[in-house]
Formats: sequence, structure tokens, C-alpha cells
Amino acid sequence: MNMPNSLLFVGLPYAAMLLFLVGTIQRYRSRGFKVSSLSSQFLEGKSLFWGTVPFHWGILVVFFGHLTAFLIPRTILAWNGDPLRLFILQVTAFSFGLSILVGLSALLYRRLTNVRVRMVTNRMDLILELLLLVQVVLGLWIALGYRWGSSWFASDLSPYLMSLFAGDPNIVAVSAMPLPIKFHVIGAWLLVGIFPFTRLVHVMVAPLHYIARPYQVVMWNWDRKAIRDPRTPWTKTRPRNN
Amino acid sequence: MDIRAQVSMVFHLDKCIGCHTCSVACKNIWTDRKGAEYQWWNNVETKPGTGYPGKWEDQEIYKGGWVRDAKGRIRLKGAGKSKGLFNIFHNPNFPTVEDYYEPFTYNYLNLIEAPPGDDQPTARPISMITGEPIDVKMGPNWDDDLGGSADYARNDPNLAELTPAEQEAMFQLERMAFFYLPRICNHCLNPACVASCPSGAIYKRGEDGIVLINQKVCRAWRMCVTACPYKKTYYNWHTGKSEKCILCYPRMEAGYAPACMHSCVGRIRYIGVLLYDADRIEAVASADEKDLIDRQLDILMNPFDDAVIASAKANGIPDSTIKAAQNSPAYKFIKEWGMALPLHPEFRTLPMLWYVPPLLPVMASVMPTDGAQKGKLNEMAKTWTDNWLYDTSTDELWGTVEQTRFPLKYLASLFSAGNTAPVSDRLKKLMAVRIYRRWKTVGDIPESKMAQALRDTGLTQEAAEGIFYLTALAKFNDRFVIPAAHREQAMEMLEFTGDVKGNSGFGFREKAERGM
Repeated sequence: MNMPNSLLFVGLPYAAMLLFLVGTIQRYRSRGFKVSSLSSQFLEGKSLFWGTVPFHWGILVVFFGHLTAFLIPRTILAWNGDPLRLFILQVTAFSFGLSILVGLSALLYRRLTNVRVRMVTNRMDLILELLLLVQVVLGLWIALGYRWGSSWFASDLSPYLMSLFAGDPNIVAVSAMPLPIKFHVIGAWLLVGIFPFTRLVHVMVAPLHYIARPYQVVMWNWDRKAIRDPRTPWTKTRPRNN
Repeated sequence: MDIRAQVSMVFHLDKCIGCHTCSVACKNIWTDRKGAEYQWWNNVETKPGTGYPGKWEDQEIYKGGWVRDAKGRIRLKGAGKSKGLFNIFHNPNFPTVEDYYEPFTYNYLNLIEAPPGDDQPTARPISMITGEPIDVKMGPNWDDDLGGSADYARNDPNLAELTPAEQEAMFQLERMAFFYLPRICNHCLNPACVASCPSGAIYKRGEDGIVLINQKVCRAWRMCVTACPYKKTYYNWHTGKSEKCILCYPRMEAGYAPACMHSCVGRIRYIGVLLYDADRIEAVASADEKDLIDRQLDILMNPFDDAVIASAKANGIPDSTIKAAQNSPAYKFIKEWGMALPLHPEFRTLPMLWYVPPLLPVMASVMPTDGAQKGKLNEMAKTWTDNWLYDTSTDELWGTVEQTRFPLKYLASLFSAGNTAPVSDRLKKLMAVRIYRRWKTVGDIPESKMAQALRDTGLTQEAAEGIFYLTALAKFNDRFVIPAAHREQAMEMLEFTGDVKGNSGFGFREKAERGM
């Protein structure tokens, strides 16, 4: 085990995970106002469509694809036992990867060329978009040049990730990977690390609870029935509005 | 019965002079900030006209409000659980800055600091978004007073109800008319913005019915802007949060009138408490289009009724609120006298700001140009005498209302989902009050005619007197009746005092800035 490898594949991941956990919680608690998707559709709506829609659907599928291969590697390997099924999986993943590339390029182009959008762009937005672009280009390169990713990820990299979470890092497999794959892994950990400091935090407040909510929301500042009841101590009936 | 309270406003449109004082008061207090420059929580539109944002009433463009499906259930037209979440990455019905206008200022400093040269220095318009010079294509009240213009008045979505012949007649030079329509958030009973918010940041307050957006919970999913058919939620491009009219709740809680109402020069606004039955909201919002107004009036409850008071008390509505509801000018105009109508009830949000429709552009009718009328033409000035243009005669009781120079259908499209009966009913009441007062003060109308006018419209002399008083003489405290401020609770509205006992300072201590 040499020094750079353990630094990049053990030190970096743990630092990134720590930053992610502490940073995200701290950001939500202390700067909750700024946790927002920060949409710029109001300033420019037409070319946004060709960027944001392919990007988001692409990254949703690709992210959950990686997550599945990490969580249930045996099932993925079993699925890949049939060449046709392996081929379908790879082609699907690759098309959604392409969709990210198309969308992200359109978004980056829009962000750099539209004057209004530039007004709501900060340095972190550009760093994030460039890092994502590097990741998706590497990912597509790996998919083309180092087949078949879904299988070797499940058999070689899932155990590496598992070992990280188990607290007993085993980096033999990842250290032996070709350079593009190593860079892809490093890029992923960098993304995890900078997550709390970017607009990516909007992922954490994805409005899935909307599905279960009744449409109308009515709020009484006080539970007035409780507050009129002399048996309720005043410190027990809190206003709901703040 | 589930009684809640609502602070409701009535706009007496005959009195609106279109001075925009309300808009400016609101702007100076609430939206004079980066990202909110283009927002007018209160704006005054010239009707007929396209309004702000352009053609906001055309829901084929903006997909706002609710629609009723074949089963008689209502759903959001352009948002909701499935559509909203599917379109969350890009909302196809989201108005962009071009639909409002790009906020601008002028480079005034150049007038002073320009280097010596051959040309007079100018103050060029500068975009308040980019800071670059722009060509101004649209601005606040861009169509102000353009009641006959081809670009604005003739593109009014409400004209769709009129036949081409009626439209032509409406835009003849002699018949041309316009009126002003002040608009703020309607603080609806069935608010589409609340229903559309994926984050659950928007809510209606039980105590006073004010609809608010929690700025800390808003995540810029942008659905409320689409869902509100009145386009009264706005997206702040700088903070990445939606904002809307808050009915000046910090002022109201302290016992002051909302800024728009307080500053109203024409004294057109009345504000008061209404008690409504929340159990029936969904049924009313799903009613037949022609019944919407009557059904909505049904759930505004009589504040003197013992059962209503008991239910209100059971819900914890304080006595001061019930007393304010009993004394409410809004209740009188809306329910007791039946003088007011909601704006675009067909959007099914059950708006709670009501409008007394304008009589003046309607009754200022133009007589047919026969020989006798031609004789009244003032050849020198090329004008008509007042008697001819504005027929104030009372020879026929309702002739002027029914043969209007401003088509009732147009007003009906604004205030009663295209049904002219409720509009003509309100206009006749306005007319009856005038006939009654003329009988009383001028005395050239026989009593029988006055009595018939009141009988036809279902008003009593006391009611007519009350309408006259509230319309013409009312003092501020007659027009503004809200519950006494509960100072002992004012701080708890912001923060729970138990949490900060022994500390110094209250409130929102984070700077409201866009970040990371």
C-alpha cells in the first residue's frame, strides 16, 4: 500500500464523508434560508429546457444506477449473467450518461453566455459544473474503453466502498484500476466533499413529502383550544409559525 | 360547521381614480429590494387592457387556477402532485422576466460626470438585473390609460366572450371607456399557490386568512407562480425564493391598515373580517360555474347567528374578532347588501377580495345620433354637451344599465364567469342608491319611482342610506375594521418567548442573501 493511493482512496473518502455530514447539517441549521434550488428559469427559460431536463433525468438514472450496483452487487452480477441483459443495462446507462453530457454542456454554455444568468452565477457554480463535466466525460470514456463497467464495478469497487463503510478500507482493487477509473473515483469523492458548499444541497430537500400531503395547508399560530384550557401550562403551547 | 376568520377587502371601483398611490406605497415598503424590483404586489390595471404580467387572465397561456374534470372534482390546471413533480426541473408554464418587464433605472450620474464633449450627456436606461444599457420595451403600468389601444386594450383576454361586432362597438371613439382595476393577492379560500407548493412553504393563516410563503422553507420549485391564476406570487431571482403580498400582516397585527389601503386617495378600499365555514370550501370550489358566486356567498356566515358564534368560539376565534366581523364593512358590501363580486370566480380559488363593479363607464351611455341630438353638437369645439354624452336622466329606470356603452358581458367576464345577471344586479343596486339619494336631496324624482327602484333591487331605505354612507361619507374607522391588536401575543408571532427568556433580541437574524 503506497502513500498516494491510501491518501486518495482512504484519506480523501473519509474527509469527504466527514465534510458532507458535518457541512450539510451545519449548513441547513445555520443557513437554512440559502438551501434552495436557486432556479434561474425566471431570467431565461427556453434554452434552460434543453439543459436542465436531459441533465436531471440523466443524473437521476446514473446516480441510482451506481447506488444499486453498490448496494446489491450480487443481483447486478446475476442480471449480467445473460449477455443480452448486460448489453441492455450498459446501453441504457450509457444513453443516460450521454443525456447528462448534452444537458450539462447546454447548461454550462447558457451560464457562460447569457448575461442575466451570469448575474446569478458564482464561483462555486462554475467549479461544480466543471467537476460534473469532468466526471461525466470520464464516465462515458470508461463505459466505452473499459467494459463491462456494471460487472466489474459490482465485483471490484462495491467491495471497496463496502470496506470503507465497514471501517476496514481495502484498496487493493481500486489501486490496480486504470487511470481514468481512478480519476473518476477521486472526482466522486471530491463531489461528496464539496456538496455542502454548493447548490447541490437542494437534493437534500427534494419535495417527496408533497405526495403524501393534503393540498391545502392552514396554520393557526396558536393551538387556541389548548391555550384557552386553564390546565395547559403556557410553556407547553408553542406558536407554530416561527 | 368549522368557522374560520378571514380579513377581506372590498374595492369600490367607481371611486378608483387610477393614481397608483397604493402601488407606490406597497413598493416602497416591501419590494424595493434586489430581486424584487419587478414585483408589484399591488398594481392597478387599466381595463380593457392586457395587465401585468401580459394577458395574465389567459389560462391557456399561464395554466393557472383549478379546473373541474368530468367527475366534478377539481384539480390544478398547470401544477399539482403529478404535473408539479414531473415538471420540477423545468416548469413549462413559468412566466419569465419578459412577461413582466426587465426592471431598469437610469444612469443619472452620467449627467454630472460625463467628460466634456460635443454632445449633451444623457441618462441611458440601465437594466437592474445585468447593469447593462437596455432598450426599454415594457415597464410598470406600460398600458396605463390606453383603454382603446390596439396593442393592449384589444388584446384583453376578456374580449373573447364578446362577438366581433360587440368588440367593434366597444372601441368606437364615442363609446370608448375604461376603468381601473387595483389588484393584490386575493388571499383565497382555496388557494392554488398553497396546493401547488411541493415544499409546503405556503400556508393560509386560520386567524385572519392571510396566505403567506415561509421564506425559509421555499426551495424555488416555482410551482406557485404557475398555479396562481392572478399571477400574484412572484419569483425573486436574487434570493431564489417566491414572494407575495402579505396583506401587510406586520402592520395589521399592530393595528394599522395595510399600506395600499391606508394610502388610498380615492378611499375605495374597505377592510373587515368575514367568518366562513371551512367545511364546505371544497364543495363550493367544485360547484357549477354559474353557481360559484352564490355558493361562495353561502359559506360567508352571519356573524350575529348564535350557532356561528358558538362554532367560532369553539375554534378559538377571539371575541374581538367576532365583534369586528359583526361590524365589518366587507360583510355589509359582500353579503348583507350583495354589492360586490369576486374577480374571475371561474378560476375556482374562491378569492376573498371583492369588487363593487364600476357603474360610471357603463351608464355613461351614448344616445343614437338622431336629428335632435345632432343639434346639441357644439360646432366650434367639436364636442358633445354633457347631457348628451352622459345620460343622467331617470326617464327610464334601468334602460341605461341594460343598453350600456360598456358591454355588461365584458364586466361579466371579469367578475362573474361570463354570467351577466350578477353584474347587472349589482349595477342596478348602485343605480337605485343614486335614485334614492336624488329623491331625497334634489327631489325631482317622484317617491313612487324611488320606491320602485328600491323594490326592484331588493334594497330598503335603511340599506340605501347605509350604502350611501359607506360609499360617500365613511371615515377611516368605518372603512377599516379589524380586530384589536393583541399586543400580548405580537412577539410570539415571531418567536416563542419561552425559548429566548434571558437572552437579548428577537427575530430573523440571518441575512436574506442568495448564496452558494
